[in-house]
Amino acid sequence: MNIATPTFEWMQLAPVLTVLVAACLGVVIEAVVPRALRLMSQLVAVGLGILIAIGFLFLNYASHSVGILAMGAVALDGPTYLMWASLLIFGLLSMMVFAERTLNNGATAFAASAASVPGTPGEAEAVAAKQEHTEVFPLALFSLSGMMVFVAATDLITAFVALEVMSLPLYLLSGMARRRRLLSQEAALKYFLLGSLSSAFFLFGMALIYGYAGSFDFVAIDKAVLAPTYGNGLLLTGMGLMAVGLLFKIGAVPFHNWVPDVYVGAPTPVTSFMAICTKLAAVGATARFFFVALGAERWSWQPMLAAIAVITMLLGVVLALTQTDIKRLLAYSSVSHAGFILVALVGATVATANSASSSVAAIIFYLLAYGFATAAAFAVVTMVRDSAGEMHDISGWAGLGRKNPVIAAAFALAMLSFAGIPLTAGFIGKWEVFAAAWEGGYAWLVVVAVVASLIAAYVYLKVVVLMFFSEAAEGVEVAKASPLTLVPIVVGTVATVYLGIFPGPLMDVVTAASIFIR
Amino acid sequence: MTVPWLTLLGLVPLIGAVALLLPVKELARYLGMFFALLTAVVGVAVAVMHLGGVPLAEKVAWLPSFGAWWALGLDGMGLVMVLLTVVLVPVVLLAEWKIPSLGRWTPQVFVALVLALESLSIYTFLAADVLLFYLFFEATLVPMYFLIGGFGGPKRAHAAMKFLLFSLAGGLVMLVSVVGLYVASGKHLGTSSYLIADLIQLQLPTDIGRWLMLGFLVAFIVKAPMVPVHTWLPSATEQATPGTSVLLVGILDKIGTFGMIKFCLGLFPEASQWVAPVMVVLALVSIIYGAIAAIGSSDLLRLIAYTSVSHFGFMVLGIYTFTTVGMSGSIFYMVNHGFSTAALFLVVGMMISRRGSSKIADFGGVQKVAPVLSGFLLLAGLSGLALPGMSSFVSEFMVMAGAWSRVPWVAAIAALGTVLAAVYILLMYQRTMTGPVTEVTAKHFTNDLGMREKWVAAPLVAVILLLGFIPGLALKVIEPTAQQTMSVVGIADPVAPLGEEGK
Repeated sequence: MNIATPTFEWMQLAPVLTVLVAACLGVVIEAVVPRALRLMSQLVAVGLGILIAIGFLFLNYASHSVGILAMGAVALDGPTYLMWASLLIFGLLSMMVFAERTLNNGATAFAASAASVPGTPGEAEAVAAKQEHTEVFPLALFSLSGMMVFVAATDLITAFVALEVMSLPLYLLSGMARRRRLLSQEAALKYFLLGSLSSAFFLFGMALIYGYAGSFDFVAIDKAVLAPTYGNGLLLTGMGLMAVGLLFKIGAVPFHNWVPDVYVGAPTPVTSFMAICTKLAAVGATARFFFVALGAERWSWQPMLAAIAVITMLLGVVLALTQTDIKRLLAYSSVSHAGFILVALVGATVATANSASSSVAAIIFYLLAYGFATAAAFAVVTMVRDSAGEMHDISGWAGLGRKNPVIAAAFALAMLSFAGIPLTAGFIGKWEVFAAAWEGGYAWLVVVAVVASLIAAYVYLKVVVLMFFSEAAEGVEVAKASPLTLVPIVVGTVATVYLGIFPGPLMDVVTAASIFIR
Repeated sequence: MTVPWLTLLGLVPLIGAVALLLPVKELARYLGMFFALLTAVVGVAVAVMHLGGVPLAEKVAWLPSFGAWWALGLDGMGLVMVLLTVVLVPVVLLAEWKIPSLGRWTPQVFVALVLALESLSIYTFLAADVLLFYLFFEATLVPMYFLIGGFGGPKRAHAAMKFLLFSLAGGLVMLVSVVGLYVASGKHLGTSSYLIADLIQLQLPTDIGRWLMLGFLVAFIVKAPMVPVHTWLPSATEQATPGTSVLLVGILDKIGTFGMIKFCLGLFPEASQWVAPVMVVLALVSIIYGAIAAIGSSDLLRLIAYTSVSHFGFMVLGIYTFTTVGMSGSIFYMVNHGFSTAALFLVVGMMISRRGSSKIADFGGVQKVAPVLSGFLLLAGLSGLALPGMSSFVSEFMVMAGAWSRVPWVAAIAALGTVLAAVYILLMYQRTMTGPVTEVTAKHFTNDLGMREKWVAAPLVAVILLLGFIPGLALKVIEPTAQQTMSVVGIADPVAPLGEEGK
């Protein structure tokens, strides 16, 4: 028997490895660095790790290195480059907010001692001793590495392992809010239970697809679909079950129930991280799975995803309409954005000589637009406070434009981008998504999406009206923040405007890199 | 290297708007006026060059892979709309010189928003690329939204929201068509393109052309408010300051009729003919309904809004009866309506600023205490009812002549609108200006128009009279566009154009 020597492309995989090394370094820092210096050291580890990873990514990109790596486990191709770059950038922006201490009287947004029961002397002691959980940084980095593998995975086993690596730290992170700890712990438990359930679905689906194709490899599954030896009962059931797992992570209706509760309960910086990076990773993996492994079977999954897209968009915006909590509103808004992304996915369009429209490019551009606006929006949420902490009740946001016009304007800009008003990145994203769906023969879905956009516009503009045209609410103010919070706001707003006016260069890069390799 | 004049024309007010982000405090108004006048100068220079035959069109790649360009161009209709814009903006700034601060909503913010709006409107009129047009068409909503919501009456936030939701709804329907046009052009032209020059050659299947046209038309019907989607306009003008209303009705709403000619007729001639009967009926309904609602209005600002609904009915009638004279009349109407409505809104604004109320019942006998004011109101009103000698008479006559030559009974019904116009204007004048001087009038109208106010009203009235006596000045510019549009639509005039003698 001949066993092939395992191959491992160190250079090509360096971005993921660097993040993993930075995460491990974070664990070591927890063990050896004195408490007073830990936050700073962790921040340095995160910053250096991510920047070096971006450097490696850029070197690989410059040398046009693409291919299936690590013996068929992951693919390094255009979409992987774009997804990795986005994940790293948004990961860095979110983790900067993790370290913000100025807003909260010298403490981070995380519990002083997450293990002690809320309201006990143990907790009070930890607070008095100014303990803090700097483990959040390595946890987030581990999660980030999982996301990076998830979007690149080309076999189901790798995908599943990456899914778990990405999810487990998130379950922990959601339970660590400093304020309203019971709510936070409840959110974590809910997320964990539902997340495990969805993973079980994913796993079951994997097993059925293995039964159908005889392989976990995406390309092998594709071959099996093209030349079927059995009926497709196993395939369809497996596809459905795996879709449940993936759509759960994307936060699509009807698997969205965890989103509002977890987004509200989790510390706001973690919410931001989840809202951007988890969604990015889940969408990236879903696109790869459906396009590469099940591309030949798209007549089966397009109607299914179209139906999901319709209810996700409509339910997301309609429920956002009724929210009185800003984080819940953003949560439902993120659900509806998942629906818009699915609209492009359903189109399954590839760029041709006649038209540059491509579903993958549309999805990635939309995610970038959404990511920048979300990063700015959640950073602003951490700054709007009353004496008890962050002000989540929307009525408290009344008249914010009078108190701090600049921060209110940044938030308003994020809202306009979410609503898809022209001259913001959100508009270009929406336009690309609609074009991709129409090109793929789903013009009716574009019409539904437009109806949803109109309701969504009302949701977001209501917030703008409240901030700028209402009497100022008492006792609420925009707290002074350090650059750790301000940088994401600045980057988010500048990118939103820039991509709204000059989308061309990025669009060309994204379109050119929108083909999955097999 | 050639100077990109058209880009520059929109850039000047934009620079002004950005400059006003600096804390210039009291200088804001002067700075704003400077940039507005500078824009007007550039506008006139562009007009001179265009008429002198200098090629001004610009085309730079913007989203090349999607066939979208930063492409600007000028035709007769675009030119008169740009000139209307650059003239009205300084007048509005002068009229709102003493706009009160409402908290953070200072005069500086007002001036900055007006300049931003001017820039976006100019680019909307110049755009020679459908996506670019759409972008600016929608972007104008943002400054206008803040202008309505930030300055004006107590219910302004609600009015601003209503304005925005109507416009966004129309705009999003148009977005569907814009996306569809992209896909269709890729399919039928070989490469997708948004350039109007390319799209004109597009031969679409009938049903697709009709659906796409409808998307554009819905947005334009909402914009040039036609019954039944006009309800946002009276609420907006009632709450906004008169200056904002001038920009809204005089400039922004024109994008509706402008778009019908440039995009609906220009890109989808077959579909436009198909939809014409419905549009003619809608136009007649708007003419009559707007006039009746104006007669019934108890509020001056609402009244003017309803007169505009009626006037927009005339413009649409001129477009969809497909005659050269009617089309020219319609475009000329767009200009005249801009000036005469501006005069009405601003003079009424001077009345309101004295009386502190916009209810018609709160006035009476003003003529005796403020004769100059009432004189200007009368002139503006007469222009609104299209009295011969006023520019609006020429355009209204041309529209009616066009309609008559096509379908006489349509013109007959539209003529009812002109009768009703006399009723709403003269009744309003009678109720507010004539009669004995009431107690409240005597108390509030302590002074007639000041120098600044005269300088606001006089230029508008001068333009109205000038174009009324020498309409050829504008018609010479407009007619090529009308003829060009008619040849694209492909319908011959029914008889020899009636307007020949009128030139």
